[in-house]
Amino acid sequence: MNDSLGHIFIDSLLINNFVLCVFLGMCSFLGLSAKFSTAWRMGVSVMFVITVSGVLSYGAHLMLVALHAEYLRIILYIVIIASTVQLTEMFIKKTSPALFRELGVYLPLITTNCAVLAVPLFQDSRGYNLIQSTVFAIAASGGYCLALMLLSLIRERTYLSDVPGLAKGTALTLVLAAILSMTFMGFAGMGSGG
Amino acid sequence: MSDNAVSCHSPAPAAAKDNPFLNGLWKQNPVFVQVLGMCPTLAITNSVRNAIAMGLATTFVLTGSNCLISMVRKMVPKQVRIATYIAIIATMVTLVDYLVKAISITVYKALGAYIPLIVANCIILERAEAYAGKKPVLKSTLDGLGMGLGFAFALSCLGTVREVLGAGTFLGVHIFGPNFEPWVLFLLPPGGFISLAIWLLTFATFRERKAKREAAKAKADLEQLEAAAV
Repeated sequence: MNDSLGHIFIDSLLINNFVLCVFLGMCSFLGLSAKFSTAWRMGVSVMFVITVSGVLSYGAHLMLVALHAEYLRIILYIVIIASTVQLTEMFIKKTSPALFRELGVYLPLITTNCAVLAVPLFQDSRGYNLIQSTVFAIAASGGYCLALMLLSLIRERTYLSDVPGLAKGTALTLVLAAILSMTFMGFAGMGSGG
Repeated sequence: MSDNAVSCHSPAPAAAKDNPFLNGLWKQNPVFVQVLGMCPTLAITNSVRNAIAMGLATTFVLTGSNCLISMVRKMVPKQVRIATYIAIIATMVTLVDYLVKAISITVYKALGAYIPLIVANCIILERAEAYAGKKPVLKSTLDGLGMGLGFAFALSCLGTVREVLGAGTFLGVHIFGPNFEPWVLFLLPPGGFISLAIWLLTFATFRERKAKREAAKAKADLEQLEAAAV
């Protein structure tokens, strides 16, 4: 496996896109993609949370290995993520109350966004070092942000089209996601050839 | 507080007839009706065996966490309840993580990072918040069991479609003979989205038909009553 930084970046941003190819962060992907304005803000908040908690979890993992207490990793990661989310919430509330109101209940829900928990788990299993972990966290969350924005732009256009009543809502969103996911499969050849 | 208690108890007569177990299994099915817990639903369903394993692991966590949360519900202050729930769920998931590793290393490898990710499955926190934090222990345990098995059922539905179409097998047994050309797309990520969309549409059709039938029946009854009154 190629572990250069550029490869990690492209791989987790496009080839193994967190949302469209690895199926992480589905709930907010389907739930928050109705409007572009909410989607990109959510995407950026998640990027921030993932990057900070990814780097913190790297340190936490080193500590757990030193203490021979790896069985505590799930609990520790969740605590780190929950506190990062709390921090982000306080930060956004102070700097932009309007954005805080708009994101509403979805902000605390970042805690149970599986994309956030997946980053530290993947960086453990792949044995990344600190710089690799940081690049991985930024790229993976960038991929999440990208997919969320793309889907929200497509969904905004479907509001004017004539869709059968049954398919409105989740089913239509899933079909759109399937088409997006097929498009992203086109990236699969990148990086392996060369 | 008293308002809260009243609103909690008001649907009780109706809910008493509703079995919490069957409720999760069918009426409020977490995947097909509530559309929750999408990540494992889409990621782990490319074979029936993995789908069932994931469903059972989630059932175990859901039953255990619902039971424990319901036990401690009166001791936990309202402000820290979410943190407490997450700690309990994370403990259950750690148990499952080691349990699956001990039972079958192949399944453990196939499910990979998705076992620790059960912590972030929204169904579990949703049931804790909506049900186990308010109801007695036995009911909550049954609710967890029902929801978990409903989740496992939905996963196997999806897994069946994807494995049969995508690989021509069911639980690893070939069912179409040697000339079947596998429809590989269904094993790949887009197939997950498409088959879930198809299942959701199927269930929506059933629900709409049932609603129409009931509306027609209510109308017929009303007309009969009016005719009798005249």
